[in-house]
Amino acid sequence: MQPLLVLEQGLNGVQFGVMLFLMAAGLTLVFGIMNLINLAHGSLYMIGAYVCAYVFQASGSFLLGIGSALAAAILVGIVIEVVVFRALYTREHLDQVLATFGLILFFDEMVRIIWGPTALYASIPGFLSGQVEILPNAPFPSYRLAIIVVGLLLALLLYLLVAKTRLGMLIRAGAANRVIVGALGVNVTLLYTFVFALGAALAAFSGLMAGPIFTVESGMGENVLILAFVVIVIGGIGSIRGAFVASLLVGIVDTMGRAFLRPLLATLMAPAAADNAGPALASMLIYILMATVLFFRPQGLFPPRVR
Amino acid sequence: MGLKRGALTVVLGTLALAAVPPLSAAFGQPFYLDLFTRILIFAIAALSLDLILGYGGMVSFGHAAYLGIGAYSVGILSHYGITDGPLHFAVAVAASTLAALAIGAVSLRTSGVYFIMITLAFSQMIYFLGVSLNVYGGDDGMNIPAHSEFGSVLDLDNASVLYYVVLAILLLFFFAGRRLVASRFGMVIRGVKSNGRRMHAIGFPTFRYRLAAFVISGAMCGVAGALLANLTLFVSPSIMHWTRSGEVMMMVILGGMGSLFGPVLGSVAYLVLEQLLSGFTSHWQAILGPILVLVVLFAKRGIFGIFAGAEEAGRG
Repeated sequence: MQPLLVLEQGLNGVQFGVMLFLMAAGLTLVFGIMNLINLAHGSLYMIGAYVCAYVFQASGSFLLGIGSALAAAILVGIVIEVVVFRALYTREHLDQVLATFGLILFFDEMVRIIWGPTALYASIPGFLSGQVEILPNAPFPSYRLAIIVVGLLLALLLYLLVAKTRLGMLIRAGAANRVIVGALGVNVTLLYTFVFALGAALAAFSGLMAGPIFTVESGMGENVLILAFVVIVIGGIGSIRGAFVASLLVGIVDTMGRAFLRPLLATLMAPAAADNAGPALASMLIYILMATVLFFRPQGLFPPRVR
Repeated sequence: MGLKRGALTVVLGTLALAAVPPLSAAFGQPFYLDLFTRILIFAIAALSLDLILGYGGMVSFGHAAYLGIGAYSVGILSHYGITDGPLHFAVAVAASTLAALAIGAVSLRTSGVYFIMITLAFSQMIYFLGVSLNVYGGDDGMNIPAHSEFGSVLDLDNASVLYYVVLAILLLFFFAGRRLVASRFGMVIRGVKSNGRRMHAIGFPTFRYRLAAFVISGAMCGVAGALLANLTLFVSPSIMHWTRSGEVMMMVILGGMGSLFGPVLGSVAYLVLEQLLSGFTSHWQAILGPILVLVVLFAKRGIFGIFAGAEEAGRG
């Protein structure tokens, strides 16, 4: 294998990983603080992708696309938080799963009603459409590099917000013991809505960045949602640090598996068999990773200390 | 009182279901026979889930995987020209048993949300396995050349025969499930649901009990999958898409969980509702979704709760 190819695929893995992180961070925050399992998180990702692609296409301004995508996702997020989720916080996880499953059906269909059943074309903004040489003779698409940079930047901002600010202190306190936080005079209802809106914005950001790479279509949020579940299960539910480590792990393992498993198997077995086994094994790789991690650490890599 | 009403509902329900083939023949509407065969197959799947969800508190969000494994067992054997019915079903049961054993062994080490997500992830893994199996049609799936053959006694080519076979298996599983739940084994499973730590402290090997229940449920669902393959004569990975797991779970809740009869009602209600809404508009999911949200928020006891009264539905 050429080292340059490995480097390129590794960077692709990191790029996939940071996108997963933006999804997983919202999921794990919402779960850690409100004890809510939200399947509809993928719908916010989808809304982000659709609105950004649509507005960018209509107006020609990528920044306007980003702005309206975030605004739309935050708005939808707040509405479903107030209308549906407030009634779900105290319910069991089964109810939460089913109610948010209903929301997915609704949003997937609404997207089809508004934008039609065919996929929406999302273009890469002009200033990011080229390639940069990360090493001499090793070009890498600047759009993917931008995703890595923006994603890591957002991860850093999120860390600073949660670890260093007063708001972050309240979020952590809310995760540890929401009743006491409420008794100390904090408006927990408002805190919940804020955390939910934050998660919605992160999901939308992940979605709008994913638009030009994957297809913008109804149901696009669900595949990434399940991957995000795998991520937070591996990382330890409720832990942002765990989500970060696990996102990169899952992103790199998945990308590397898809790129190199088939040629690797071809050196061990007949090419025809490798052609069949390679993709099959590659698509199962992260689930095998998850099963292995859970076998040794049922609470994930970074289990929450207080629950 | 509650028990009598429950038993009456079961008897009347069975009679009504048994009348479907002659009725659909009388009205010249074979479509309804097809719809109700489908409904009963999903009723078997929902019933199998209710066994661990309603009585064991195990929220498996990956039951479609066993449906797919059962269907693919029939599909793959037929693909190689093996049409022997008993073998089809034996392989379907064996394969789904093995899969449930492996998935359960890992998943049951965890609990709560972890369990939900892990069962979901495993079923997704099997889904992607199906997608990447190009020999068996990959994403597009494959046609099954013929029904499972049971000799001249049971000709599954005849839609009515297939329907009664499905109904008989449903009834068998229903009464077997009742016995199981009331047995010592079932008591342990229900005990673990209400307080696992205490059951463990009393001395029950709770993990093994739960795993056994999980495997039984998976095997039952595998049978439903084999029946589904016989109905549609087609298998594709979409059978085990995760939304299918959500639908089966929805049927259990809609009908009323922890009753075994509820899931049957739930599957009738869900699929009939789906049929009605899709006749009304192609965007029926936009209506179905909010209905599901409302059911979860306001009608948690399900349809069976309304029919049978509080005592019956609240048991278990």
